[in-house]
Amino acid sequence: MAQRTALADLTADDAEKPDRAVVRDALGVGVAVGLSGFAFGVTSAGSGLGLLQTCALSLLVFTGASQFALVGALAAGGSPFTAAAGAFFLGVRNAFYGLRLSQLLALPRAVRPFAAQWVIDETTAVTLAQPTRRARRIGFTVTGLTLYVLWNLTTLLGALGAKAIGDTRAWGLDAAGPAVFLALLAPMLKTTTERAVAGLAVLLGLALLPVLPAGVPVLVAALAAPIALVAEGRRAGRGRQDIGAAQERGAPPESRAAGGSTDPEEDR
Amino acid sequence: MNTWIAIGLTALGCYAVKLAGLLVPAGAMERPFVRRLAALLPVALLAALTAQQTFADGHALVLDARVAGLGAAAVALVLRAPFLLVVAAAVVVTAGVRALGG
Repeated sequence: MAQRTALADLTADDAEKPDRAVVRDALGVGVAVGLSGFAFGVTSAGSGLGLLQTCALSLLVFTGASQFALVGALAAGGSPFTAAAGAFFLGVRNAFYGLRLSQLLALPRAVRPFAAQWVIDETTAVTLAQPTRRARRIGFTVTGLTLYVLWNLTTLLGALGAKAIGDTRAWGLDAAGPAVFLALLAPMLKTTTERAVAGLAVLLGLALLPVLPAGVPVLVAALAAPIALVAEGRRAGRGRQDIGAAQERGAPPESRAAGGSTDPEEDR
Repeated sequence: MNTWIAIGLTALGCYAVKLAGLLVPAGAMERPFVRRLAALLPVALLAALTAQQTFADGHALVLDARVAGLGAAAVALVLRAPFLLVVAAAVVVTAGVRALGG
């Protein structure tokens, strides 16, 4: 939604976007996602973590998927190391967001250690949707601040409320974690490769669940990513040969499309 | 104590990668293979986690109300519902199915 507004404004008044429109986009994302900290607080407390531990996760880790993953792995009886490893691998994507954001925001070096904690899916999405540096900085700051404050407040409320709520399963709150993962995953499933990775990871994760210690199947399932990349590389190599052969025979250039998506930039 | 170790490791690791992104010169992480891996790693992890947290009960695979909840979330996603509504749909439908004895 933010993206569409940004594009509309981009065409409307020549790359200028009123600050108020940026703030509105940023608040929309910050408030909606910030409120779901409640689900994390309840889930975490329901998984047996203390109030202090639950709040420490939201304050210090502050990247939702990693937090849900850690809590889920610990609740399933995973060792602290496999649980942390799974959460960490999920957080690695933030490094690539930061890489992009450091160019777009051009933050002074002294500010970067403070801005770093806010480098997550949502702030990146809002920042990328803005047309100018000023709009990007406003978007990043407002999204980051709103989301950080609300996420931590609602985590606290959720953790405090978990006891009052009683059986979190009866309220369906054990479905919040997977729903969050699904919502983050869905926009990533654009090409055949991404869908293949997801499918293979699901198979590995479920098939190994009964036989490996808790937390380990997810780490093994992560291997679906490099496996698919190698397979894609092979296919791309063969595709290039096909295209070469096709061109020699004078085939139309449309036959390239049949080789599937091989452009590494495609999903960026 | 184990929980605090996990929290400490996760907090340090997750902050380190966020900061690394902002500090590292762009060229270092621009290799196509590394970028593709970074894009695909979350896909694999999120897919495996979604499946496990929907179908797992400890070390056993089960089919319960969470499946209906995830189905509702998927429908909400297809209808382009906002994030909070997607999560709410999963929670409400799961609770509803359980209340009906599912």
